[in-house]
Amino acid sequence: MNIHEYQAKQIFADYGLPIQNGIMIRKLEDARDAARKIGGDFWVIKAQIHAGGRGKGGGVKFAKTLDEVEKKVSEILGMNLVTHQTGPSGKLVKRVYVAGGVDIKKEYYLGMVLDRTSEMPVMMASTEGGMEIEKVASRTPEKIIKVEIDPLIGFQGFHARKLAFGMGLSKDQMRTFSKFASSLYRVYSDKDASLIEINPLVLTNNDEFIALDAKMNFDDNALFRHSDIQKMRDLDEEEPTEIEAKKYGLSYVKLDGNVGCMVNGAGLAMSTMDIIKHEGGDPANFLDVGGTASAETVAKGFEIILKDKNVKAIFVNIFGGIVRCDRIANGILEATKKIEVKIPLVVRLDGTNSKKAAKILQNAKTENIINADDLADGAKKVVSAATGVLK
Amino acid sequence: MSILVNSNSKVVVQGFTGKEGTFHAKQCLDFGTNIVAGVTPGKGGNVHLGKPVFNTVTEAIKQTQADTSVIFVPPAFAADAIMEAAAAGIKTIICITEGIPVSDMVIAKRFVRSNGATLIGPNCPGVISAGQAKIGIMPGVVFKKGNVGVISKSGTLTYEAANQVVQAGFGITTAIGIGGDPIIGTDYIELLKLFEADEETKAIVMIGEIGGDLEIKAAEFIKENITKPVIAFIAGQTAPKGKRMGHAGAIIAGSKGTAQEKMKALTNAGVIVSETSAEIGEQVKQVFI
Repeated sequence: MNIHEYQAKQIFADYGLPIQNGIMIRKLEDARDAARKIGGDFWVIKAQIHAGGRGKGGGVKFAKTLDEVEKKVSEILGMNLVTHQTGPSGKLVKRVYVAGGVDIKKEYYLGMVLDRTSEMPVMMASTEGGMEIEKVASRTPEKIIKVEIDPLIGFQGFHARKLAFGMGLSKDQMRTFSKFASSLYRVYSDKDASLIEINPLVLTNNDEFIALDAKMNFDDNALFRHSDIQKMRDLDEEEPTEIEAKKYGLSYVKLDGNVGCMVNGAGLAMSTMDIIKHEGGDPANFLDVGGTASAETVAKGFEIILKDKNVKAIFVNIFGGIVRCDRIANGILEATKKIEVKIPLVVRLDGTNSKKAAKILQNAKTENIINADDLADGAKKVVSAATGVLK
Repeated sequence: MSILVNSNSKVVVQGFTGKEGTFHAKQCLDFGTNIVAGVTPGKGGNVHLGKPVFNTVTEAIKQTQADTSVIFVPPAFAADAIMEAAAAGIKTIICITEGIPVSDMVIAKRFVRSNGATLIGPNCPGVISAGQAKIGIMPGVVFKKGNVGVISKSGTLTYEAANQVVQAGFGITTAIGIGGDPIIGTDYIELLKLFEADEETKAIVMIGEIGGDLEIKAAEFIKENITKPVIAFIAGQTAPKGKRMGHAGAIIAGSKGTAQEKMKALTNAGVIVSETSAEIGEQVKQVFI
């Protein structure tokens, strides 16, 4: 799960990590009040969406007077912000963060993520703050200093020293940095974060470190023990059909093609998308109805796929193991009666009782159900069905 | 022969009396798996599915000499169950549970390793040695006995692959689902070693997916150490970047972990790489001709 910058900063503040003063607003009329409360003579107005590259897209602006604050907020609030991470359709900005200006001596980068190779959390720091860190990593990897943190010992002084001296900080700066980094580790492990990025982390003229930006992602599997984080979820940032799918235990990802897929199991679902593409088609979605598909999950799956009006044909690819195929076949028939599937349905049921299932589907004589013998046959049939060749 | 589990494995089921545990333990018993005990804290002294129930794994081992455990405990308590098994002296721990927090697994995996035990999973279908023992949730009927070893990150795709191997006229020695989480107990390399040493296994099918770099490391290992033919398939060639495709581990981060990158590494290591998941059976056939 992702959260907004202002929410991540609230968490930071709870752990004593320095942030600049700021207030999140949803209405233009709150802009002046917010700026007045923050004080100072310089403000930053930042669009709050779950995507990076906001500055380049015009989602971050500066203001020197209250009039300017109001003007810039009016420009950003309600805008459709397009960045390299939002996709071409962009994201509607519904929340804006008004923050106090900070005098900057130097910008750094500080991040934490699970390193899947060492299987430990790793903290990364770089002097190349404000830049896209992926680019720094590929062009000048030596400018990123990494420390693996063994959770059995937690964050120690030597970790901090390696990062700080690696970035060329002075001894005094190292002390301040060390405190900051140690608190950051606590945030990461206490909250079951899967990623934290501070880009930039700034050093002020008073040699203080401040998180000027904050990005936090969380391990979905651990959310059950963090009700505070669950409350921060912004449903506006998620695909509505993906939210609904999750409610029913289905895993759905919307894509841009016209061949709907319904499959049991994530690996088989991915490979079904692949084979559709291989046959010259374009998958409309990833949909995993779970390793143990039932008639109910199949019905819900149809409903979700059919919300996407681009879908011209659906490939049902189920490998029945513990769940018998004849039951799934009956489930498909029930579901199509209930929710009226008008487009062609290519059905491939393999595994336990697959012959019985084929007979059930044949006997039903439903016009738009096309039986497939195996995976390759099904993929070929659904691609021609989507293009209108096969009816 | 087979690897990891066989007809002599004495299995204890953790989370034995729960809905999932009961359902799948019964399927395993029907298959012929030698389940000797179950563990459900607070239900010690009962008999369930004709087998004794204990409060702790230690007690179960003491009374039944169990050496292998399969875990159906809910995600919030599963890491604890894994560590309990390792601390009690179980040597092969198979965790089926999906949805365990990553930070729990970081600790659990290290503990298992320091106790000299082998963990398979979590978030996996388990292990099956054809004709001997099914310790997991896979449909036993699909896995006919033969000479092909299977290692896979996916559940149903494993059944699909095994089915294709059988349809092509061959069969399975052992099939292992290693799981689709970011942190898994045992990866390809350990299992490739075991298959290489297993006389009965003549070819190995390896199924991977996007995310992480385990397949790349496996490719390097195969190049230097594996003499038996390996057939591989990687799921997720068309997956978009940055989107989690069902499994928590199946996500392309930046430009890392793509299917293309993995397929290339495997091809370079001399592995036969299937373009689509429909060709796995056919390619196994080619190897045996």
